Order: sequence, then structure tokens, then C-alpha cells
Amino acid sequence: MERKLIVTSSPHIRSKEATDKTMRDVVIALIPATLAGMYYFGFQTLIVVLLSVAAAMATEAVIQNIRKQAITVMDYSAAVTGLLLALNLPPEVPFWMPVVGSVFAIAIAKQAFGGLGHNFINPALAARVFLIASWPVEMTTWKFPVDAVTEATPLALIKGSRIVPESVSIFNLFIGRVGGCIGEVSALALLIGGIYLVYRGVISPRIPLAYMGTVAVLTLLYGGFDFNYMMFHLLAGGLVLGAIFMATDYVSSPMTAKGQIIYAVGCGLITVVIRLFGGYPGGVSFSILFMNVVTPLIDKYVKSNVFGGVKK
Amino acid sequence: MNLLSFRGGIHPPHSKEMTEHLPVEKALEPEIVVIPLQQHIGAPCKAIVEVGEKVKVGQKIGEAGGFVSAPVHSSISGTVKKIEKRMIINGTGTCIVIESDGLNEVHESVVPKGDIETLEAKEILDIINEAGIVGMGGAGFPTRVKLSPPPDKKIDVLILNGAECEPYLTSDHRLMLENPEDVVYGLRTVMKVLGLEKAFIAIENNKMDAVLSMKEAAKEFPGIQVVIVKTKYPQGSEKQLIYACSKREVPSGALPMDAGAVVSNVATMSAISKAIKTGMPLIERICTVTGDGISEPKNIMIKNGTRISEIIAQAGGYKGEPGKLILGGPMMGFAQFTDDLPSNKTTSGVLVFTEEQARLPEPNPCIRCGKCVDICPSFIQPFAISAYSLNGMFDMAEKNSAMDCIECGSCSFICPSKRPLLHSIRMAKREILSKRRKTK
Repeated sequence: MERKLIVTSSPHIRSKEATDKTMRDVVIALIPATLAGMYYFGFQTLIVVLLSVAAAMATEAVIQNIRKQAITVMDYSAAVTGLLLALNLPPEVPFWMPVVGSVFAIAIAKQAFGGLGHNFINPALAARVFLIASWPVEMTTWKFPVDAVTEATPLALIKGSRIVPESVSIFNLFIGRVGGCIGEVSALALLIGGIYLVYRGVISPRIPLAYMGTVAVLTLLYGGFDFNYMMFHLLAGGLVLGAIFMATDYVSSPMTAKGQIIYAVGCGLITVVIRLFGGYPGGVSFSILFMNVVTPLIDKYVKSNVFGGVKK
Repeated sequence: MNLLSFRGGIHPPHSKEMTEHLPVEKALEPEIVVIPLQQHIGAPCKAIVEVGEKVKVGQKIGEAGGFVSAPVHSSISGTVKKIEKRMIINGTGTCIVIESDGLNEVHESVVPKGDIETLEAKEILDIINEAGIVGMGGAGFPTRVKLSPPPDKKIDVLILNGAECEPYLTSDHRLMLENPEDVVYGLRTVMKVLGLEKAFIAIENNKMDAVLSMKEAAKEFPGIQVVIVKTKYPQGSEKQLIYACSKREVPSGALPMDAGAVVSNVATMSAISKAIKTGMPLIERICTVTGDGISEPKNIMIKNGTRISEIIAQAGGYKGEPGKLILGGPMMGFAQFTDDLPSNKTTSGVLVFTEEQARLPEPNPCIRCGKCVDICPSFIQPFAISAYSLNGMFDMAEKNSAMDCIECGSCSFICPSKRPLLHSIRMAKREILSKRRKTK
């Protein structure tokens, strides 16, 4: 018989899952938060988002070209990084900053370490921290929704206090009518995105729940069982955005369920310590970056027992 | 209802619609059969016929070549034309080529062997041995060996595997619908051999008609319990099925008998039943011929040694240009580069993919999504072992429990980056085994 049959080792079928579909789901899940940012802070946030995404994709293409690799900018992974960075910037940031940030995220945090799958820290967070360290004034100049009552971010208001400021209602925090970064303000929009990601099987709820749960327990204790105080810390700042979209980054979080819980609890612990005792109002970015670096260690020591193995 | 199951696993499309409602057809009488002397794990048989000799249906033509071995029998009557090396599944091996005389004369040795009530356990084992019965689920492990555990291993769990978790395949399903009495009879003989009062028949919940059929056939035997297991791949894997039914884990690196369990396939039971009731050894089996590259998918009763090309012709031939020919199911079956091969005792399926289905996607970098870790039924870390293997770090692969891999392929299936996970883990296992042999 002279047929050209393909011979490979089993299995001979593959699931429909694909990296680009997964990344596209993340983009879709971030749309509500992006729209909420535009609603509260105006049209210029869209320009920040577009510039950031475009710069991230362009940087990826240029570097892959230099490294003589296949150009994979259409796999949405650079787009996700650009979008996440934009959502972590203040609404009225100068337009060159998302560009500089995205170039840093892709060129330094991602491609310098080997590209997709090799970044040991979350590229968008690395870029955000780089921008905060380099241009602190621009990165902490806030704009506020037109109908917001105060002119300070919620976390700046509560810094050093155990009492929830009267000018910020939990409801406003939940829907996002407060000052803050473009994409972090509306917990509601972020939760919608998070539920979509869990429903689509892109993320497991383990990390977000363990992260936010840790923050909830610690702030409840610190606030003397003041439920309002706990809710304030859960909804204010970048916690919801960080817990759902940044801490769950596949590449820089642990692989096993047990490891993920340890990692998420670590994120929560550091976040609370920075918020309550540190110099910065918010601690989500730093805590996730720190735990990103701990991830290889967690993966080295936390392994599941093999089937039929000796129970530890 | 709480379905029995295991932790991990995947849900590939069943793809069984094409053949699950089609009754088993008898294949046309083959004019030539090519019977391999190696049909199973273990030592190949030794030919006991010569070229030119007349043989009859059921006549022994190959004697077991060792302890882990089982004899082979002629599936037709006719003349031995050649005894030569030929292509067989996964390599080459000596085959006995028999040309049919069209008479299908049955050999004198084929006479009823008695009754389950009167036969002693030892006698049943001898019948199973002489009939060349092997595990018909896949590996073809000689059944006599499986049913003769060393005296220090106490067997107290017997599970009949009717899970048929491989997509596309429906041969066990049809057997349980069309011939449940034989399955139960065979099971009762095995219970007698092992001295057990109880046994499970495990069937996935996508085959409720088979569940009813088996329950009906087993209703007079209170020791036989039909259990419904969750439809999930690899539910029919030995270790996973033992866990589902008894919550026992077979120790790492050990055999089911070390957990006191024996698992056997439903088709094997039917073969045992035939060997006792009629004396006919294992010379035929049900085979599902299916896939988008087959014109008329079917379940066919094929004689051992029928050539694959002939089997495909009886299912209407290829539909379009075939892209891939797989013997077995799509998850663990073996791709072949020619259809000029003989079938054997374990040919449960002939699956043909179109060219488009045959092409596997290009792998992308691992994004550490952790899906392979989540679904691995052995609870190992496929991504890590694969990475070590691809970098030649086989010691590290071994440290990371590469040898616990059951090669079910769930990791390669689920991977969004389409990485060749199982392929590279197999490579590591092979290197580890060869190193172990060297140091011994």
C-alpha cells in the first residue's frame, strides 16, 4: 500500500484548549473593568489603554524579530500585559508613560528572560513598580469621578487609622465611584470578569479566594472585628484586580493546588503588612511581585503525593 | 446518585455515536490469515505446525514460549503456507500464514470442557491457559498468569472492566448488550478460580443500557455487583478503576495484586465462557472499525489474523484519503504506517482519521497553566518531567516520579500549548529503564 499515513505516539486527539484562546478570555474578562474606568474617569483612559496595548504588542514583535523567532503577537499574551498595565495606571497619566511601561514589561520582564512562559515575575506589575519608582509624582496624581465626595484615594484616607472614613461608602467602593487606578476601582466590574474566567476554566478560584480571604481575616482581626473595616480593605485599592487578574498569572504562580494556597496566603499577608504598617498606601503590587519570586521555591518543595505513594 | 470515580482525568468527546447502536456483524471469512506468534506482553510462542500442514479451526499452532505467554490457535481451516517474519503491530515478528480451504472444519480438540459447577479451580485455569486467553482490553497480559497470584498475595477484590473509556470504541459496549450471559458466566468461573464470593462489574454512566443488560444477566448471582462509574477518561485504567471501586491505591511501582485486586476486561470473560462451554479457544473478537476516515463504521466479529486492510474493506473501505490508522482507541492506541498488518487478540478497534484530523498542532512554549498537574490521574507533574526529559535530565525525571506515569495521555490532550508531554515522558521512562537494566 502506498499511502502516506501519519505516525505519532499516542494520544492522537487534542483538546480545543489553546494559549491564544485562554489569553483572549482574559482580555474579554477585563472589558467590564476597562469600561468602568472609562465611565468614571473619561475618554482619555481609552487612549492610555490603547497606547499601552499597542506598545506591548509592537515591542514583542520587534524583539521576536531581533531574536529571529516566530512572531506571536497575535496570541493575545502581549495584549493582556499591555491591558493589565494600563488598568494599573492613574487615569490622567501622561501618554508617554504607558508606552515606556509596556516596553519595559515586554522587553525587560518578559523577553529578556526568554519570552512567553519564562517571565519569573508578572510583567505588567514589574512595569508598574518600575514606573512608580522612576516617576513617583506622575504615578500618584489622581483624578476622581465627578460625583466622588473626596479628593484622596480610599487607601490614602484610611492609612494609619482603624476607622472607616465617613466620606467613602462601601457601596461606592464596590461600584467604583472612588479615586484610584483606571481598572482597579470597580470591584463589581472585576468580579464579573473573575466569574467569567472561572466559568471558562481559565483560572481556578483558589488563588483569588485564598488571597482575599487572608486579607479579610487579618483586617477583621486588626480592626477589632469591625466588618465595615474589613470590607473597606477588601474593596479598596488594587486588591480585587490583583487577586483575580495578577496573582493568577500562570507563569509566575505555583503549579500545585497546595502551592497556590501558600502563595496566595503569602500575597495576602504581605499586602496587609504593607497597608497597615508600610510606607505605601497600597501593597498589592509589591506583595504579588515578592511571591512571584518565591514561586520557584514553593514549586520545588510543595509536591503532591503520587498515586499509590507513601503518604506524607 | 453518587458515581464512583478517581481524582483527575479528562472529558474527551466520546465519538461513540457512529457505532454504539450497531449490532455486531460477523466478518466475511478471510481467505488468508496471518497469525503472529507474539500477541501479548511476554515471550513469543513457538510454532508447532510446519509449512504445508493442514490445520483446523481451534487447532493449537503455537505453544506458549514461557511462563508469561499464551498459546495461539488457528482461526480457520486450511493449509499453512508460510512461517515467516512479517510486519506486526509495533514491529516485526514471526507469523504463521494460513490459506483457507473454505470449509471451516473444527478441530477435534474443540469439545465442551464441562460445567462451572463441576470443574475444579485448577481445571478452569488449565482451560484458560490452553485456550490462549489474554487480557483483551489492551495489553494482552496472559489471563492465567493474572489469575495465579503468588500465595502471599491475598486477592479480595475482583473488578470486571466494562468502562470502555477510550473514545470511539464500542466493542465492549456491544458485547455487554448482546452477550451479557457469557460475560457473567466467565466472571463466575474467575470468581471460582480466585475463591471469591464477590465481584464488581464497572460500567461508565454513558452506557446505561449496558448497565441494565448486565444487571439483568447477573440478577441471580447476589455476589456480582454492577457498579456505575463516572464517564471520565481514564476510568478504565486498572489502577484508577480499583480506586473507584474499592478506594484502594495500588502502591507506586507495584501491581494490582499488591493491593489485593484483579481487574479483567469483559471481553476476556466472554472468551473464557466460550472456552469452557464449547471448547473453542480465543480465535475471534469484536472490533470497532470507526472514525471519519471509514465509509461505514461498524462493530465486526473478526477472526484472529485477519488483515487490517480486509477489516477496513468490510467497513466500506476508506472514506477519502486516510491520514492516520490507529489500532485501539485515540488516547492509547498505536498509529500504524501501513494497513498490511494482521489483527490479533487485542485488536479492539481500527480507527481511521482524515488527513485533517491526523495532523497534530505545533507545540508552543509551556505557559505553566498547571492543567496537566490538575488532571494527572497519577498525581505527578507532567510539565516538569517533560522539561527534564527534553533537556536530557533523566535522573531528575526519575526523581519526579516519571515511572509512575500510566501513559494515559491526558496531559498531552489537555495542554493548551499542545506540548508533546506524554511523548517526552515516555522517552524519559525508556532511558530510566535502560539505565536500571545496566546497573543491575
